[in-house]
Amino acid sequence: MADDVFKFTLEEIPSAGPGAWLLRPRGEIAYSEAPIFRSTIKSVFDKGPRKFVVDMSGIDYMNTPGLAALVEALQTARRNQIKFILFGLNERVMAIFEIARLNRVFDIKPDEASAIAG
Amino acid sequence: MSDQSPNPSCGTAGPIAPTGHAPIRLEMLSQPMYLAGARDLVSAVAKRLGFTDLSCSQIALAVDEALCNIIRHGYQRRTDGPIWISLWPLESPAALKIVIEDEARQVDPATIKSRDLADIRPGGLGVHIIKEVMDEVTYEHRPVAGMRLTLVKRRDAAQQAGAA
Repeated sequence: MADDVFKFTLEEIPSAGPGAWLLRPRGEIAYSEAPIFRSTIKSVFDKGPRKFVVDMSGIDYMNTPGLAALVEALQTARRNQIKFILFGLNERVMAIFEIARLNRVFDIKPDEASAIAG
Repeated sequence: MSDQSPNPSCGTAGPIAPTGHAPIRLEMLSQPMYLAGARDLVSAVAKRLGFTDLSCSQIALAVDEALCNIIRHGYQRRTDGPIWISLWPLESPAALKIVIEDEARQVDPATIKSRDLADIRPGGLGVHIIKEVMDEVTYEHRPVAGMRLTLVKRRDAAQQAGAA
């Protein structure tokens, strides 16, 4: 079920130098999908990245289990001095960050170019 | 339309019998696969009542968070627990009242609190989001088993003008 509503692609970002990865999740990140999202994020950290960018533009809906996966990722990134950047949040997803006051905690860029350059 | 509160004298299995029928009532099992359907229903009803798109999605989010908490903490991931969602449109002031009931583990309502947001860690944000998004949030024990959560979201003046 979760596989139907959550998909992703992962690619290296050559223009950002070695160890830069771009994750593009698509669909929903809610109760059922959050564990898959978390393990996907972990697989990126396992590559030993220097920079980790997440394109959120394909996410239609997210709730706190999804948010928790991102907070966990942020903590891992901070511990390992990895740049962790989000971009492309739609209005509804951004609203959740704002309600949880996490918009000031995450590095959120307006678009892909600034996220890759950031 | 008047506010029709559930009848607290009824506490047997099944939803609390209201003094009048909720115009919409959804009965579901505590299975995550049904969460999307529940929030789509709530959002669609809110939309018909004149709430803005953002308010509709936030009301649906609050219900989704409440259901996630029931499944995870109340039923402790059991998938056969009943959950009832009843919706009442209210007129004065214009609002949507949502009552969510279950037969899950009872907890002291006073202990259901949002956590300190300055403490950046995963989890514990659901209650904060529910309280932030909705105008009224009341947790209580059902008389025999389970919990009842009553949520009210009022339509503000701008939304009412837009719906007129």
